[in-house]
Amino acid sequence: MSTCVRKFGRWVSLVSKRGFSTSTCIQEDASQQSLKSLNLCSAVNQALHIALDTDPRSYVFGEDVSFGGVFRCTTGLADRFGKQRVFNTPLCEQGIVGFGIGLAAMGNRAIAEIQFADYIFPAFDQIVNEAAKFRYRSGNQFNCGGLTIRAPYGAVGHGGHYHSQSPEAFFCHVPGIKVVIPRSPQQAKGLLLSCIRDPNPIVFFEPKWLYRLAVEEVPEDDYMLPLSEAEVIRQGTDITLVGWGAQLAIMEQVCIDAEKEGISCELIDLKTLIPWDKETVEASVKKTGRLLISHEAPVTGGFGAEISASIVERCFTRLEAPVARICGLDTPFPLVFEPYYMPTKNKILDAIKSTVNY
Amino acid sequence: MATWLLGRSRILTQKHHLPFFLASFLKHTSPSIHPFQCPLSFSRYESTKAEAQLELDHDVVQDHHNQVIDFPGGKVAFTSEMRFISDSTEKRVPCYRALDDNGDLVKRTNNVQVSKEMAVKMYSEMVTLQTMDSIFYEVQRQGRISFYLTSMGEEAVNIASAAALSPDDIILPQYREPGVLLWRGFTLQQFAHQCFGNTNDLGKGRQMPIHYGSNKHNYFTVSSPIATQLPQAVGAAYSLKMDGKSACAVTFCGDGGSSEGDFHAGLNFAAVMEAPVVFICRNNGWAISTRVEEQFRSDGIVVKGQAYGIWSIRVDGNDALAVYSAVHTAREIAIREKRPVLIEALTYRVGHHSTSDDSTKYRPIDEIEHWKMARNPVNRFKRWVERNGWWNDKDELELRSNIRKQLMHAIKVAEKAQKPPLEDMFNDVYDQLPSNLQEQERLLRKTIEKHPKDYPSDVPL
Ligand SMILES: Cc1ncc(C[n+]2csc(CCOP(=O)(O)OP(=O)(O)O)c2C)c(N)n1
Repeated sequence: MSTCVRKFGRWVSLVSKRGFSTSTCIQEDASQQSLKSLNLCSAVNQALHIALDTDPRSYVFGEDVSFGGVFRCTTGLADRFGKQRVFNTPLCEQGIVGFGIGLAAMGNRAIAEIQFADYIFPAFDQIVNEAAKFRYRSGNQFNCGGLTIRAPYGAVGHGGHYHSQSPEAFFCHVPGIKVVIPRSPQQAKGLLLSCIRDPNPIVFFEPKWLYRLAVEEVPEDDYMLPLSEAEVIRQGTDITLVGWGAQLAIMEQVCIDAEKEGISCELIDLKTLIPWDKETVEASVKKTGRLLISHEAPVTGGFGAEISASIVERCFTRLEAPVARICGLDTPFPLVFEPYYMPTKNKILDAIKSTVNY
Repeated sequence: MATWLLGRSRILTQKHHLPFFLASFLKHTSPSIHPFQCPLSFSRYESTKAEAQLELDHDVVQDHHNQVIDFPGGKVAFTSEMRFISDSTEKRVPCYRALDDNGDLVKRTNNVQVSKEMAVKMYSEMVTLQTMDSIFYEVQRQGRISFYLTSMGEEAVNIASAAALSPDDIILPQYREPGVLLWRGFTLQQFAHQCFGNTNDLGKGRQMPIHYGSNKHNYFTVSSPIATQLPQAVGAAYSLKMDGKSACAVTFCGDGGSSEGDFHAGLNFAAVMEAPVVFICRNNGWAISTRVEEQFRSDGIVVKGQAYGIWSIRVDGNDALAVYSAVHTAREIAIREKRPVLIEALTYRVGHHSTSDDSTKYRPIDEIEHWKMARNPVNRFKRWVERNGWWNDKDELELRSNIRKQLMHAIKVAEKAQKPPLEDMFNDVYDQLPSNLQEQERLLRKTIEKHPKDYPSDVPL
């Protein structure tokens, strides 16, 4: 936590001339804070309350956010902060993001919600060609760093093609934006606050399967977790596993099962996909000599490919087996075949074993 | 400028101060064109048209030399009076209806004639749709299907539009138009198969319930992303035109859908490509929790047609006879004149958005009740059919119990049917299985052999 505070101090000094209005950052130690058991949805909601409360120039908007949003993440915001700062938009994702860019470019924090990550594509042009290049193309005269785009992503068990996708890799191919995905309530709150206050446009994907399922003790205060810093969430010696978001819940179970079979896994939550923390992964792989990456998105062209390539470049001589990827299959997300499509625990466990026994 | 702002309301109430494009529109095109008497030679695509409009437009204060600017696309008159076109017309565009709320034929309506046989079929299908919705909704609540979405309150738009079309017309639906497919002969059993995602589902169990599609019935498969079907419909319509077919494309969207970029792309393309496409916008007041005031500030959808150079009409979407008449006529215009038509049907989403939604969280129950009871489209049409002596209580009882039985049977069969085979997961990604998918299928089968308990037992391998 103290790292975070230090880092944030640095970010504040980076805020551009148009800048943001005041932003607070906790100074106390996390251990002294009061904790509350929250699910991921409520943690996001708390972060949004804090963001709006601590910065009068912050706004929350998107389809159906006024009444609390289809996932209830924006509950209570309109009542507390008013319709001028928390509002429904017309059903138009390109409008939502374009509007957000303009709002952010005027020195505001624009927190846009895309109802499902599957519906972010009408806004692709605004994100890829506009938000990502706003600073660079103007020679840093303008920026839309106050923009944060939240979107629920990933499988839910019954979402079919258009309520299940994990489109993160498309955005990881775009210099100028950051892509962040939390794994738990505590992470969601701290990372979302960091994203909102980061001076760069960010796409924040929320694992919607965990909205209600994941419950964790979450500090009630305003706190932030650093971006572009991966976290070793489980130490191990035989193989490094890298993942993000909802997939980490599966991977944690895999670690427990592998341990029973005498394999010690080191599990890393990447958290920020771009710009990503290669050093943490590299250090781990240099120690274990093996790497497995797992994500829900189709394996071909997924972000696992980028991690694999980078680690092979950096750790070639230390690797004792090929890098393994256990990911979604190369099909559209299929409703009745979802259990087959998914990178399940046993698929990962099998791959761990063959990597270790290579 | 200041005078203009202060005097705004006064100016707007004077007819001669109507924005000139509206004034001229009223002169040129009577909004009450009788079916089959539409000016078929009318062409808005010639630049001389603009000139003719100007000559007729005496209301506009033109500058003293009566000069015009010869601008690409047609001549435009100069005026010395700085005046902004208002945000809306003095009165909202009226809503065409043929039956009043009691189901009585209104006086002097120019509706298209509907035979007894047609009327009875329309009514029966409306009841079928209603019954299917209430039973499938219950089945979802019992956890037997994963999702459902009803067309409650929009039965007339669904069925009457379908009835007015020919089976050759190509339908590109949003998702709240299963009645069109029902009308075309998709059976209750087929609906049930899709909702259960079993091996008989034409979509092979890949999509969520209600994402129907049937090539045989010229009904493109439903896709969840809103409004994507609209520009596609223009392409389909253009193909029909090029092939010299006597058919049009008909595409549906909601009021929410009209906000998407694709809606605007679709309308503009349709006008420019002179495509025989009918856009039917179901303005049902709500897009999930977003009311129309938060969706647009225009007078609904109908006025957007003119901005794109498209004929348009507003119709009472809860009046099956009016919907039938408007769609029938729009189809004639689209096909004969090779031009798009926009229909805005005013209706109401009586049900929740879907089984994932509780609409009492954001809208008054009174409002729902009013539309469910007083403005019920099925009851209204029933009264008219009954009054014509075409329908009685015995028919009603028979129909309802018959449909219920059919539905119960269909659900039983669909629930028991096997899931689609595993190979259907990999088929149809492309026309042929590429090597990456061949490999993935092989590996998956090995995994299943090793861990059979991880996988559903009802999917044939
Ligand atoms: C591109 C896109 N954005 C968001 C959604 C989520 N969504 C599903 S239905 C809906 C509302 C649609 O409203 P409307 O077009 O008025 O149709 P209605 O449901 O009222 O029939 C929304 C926002 C979606 N399906 N696609």
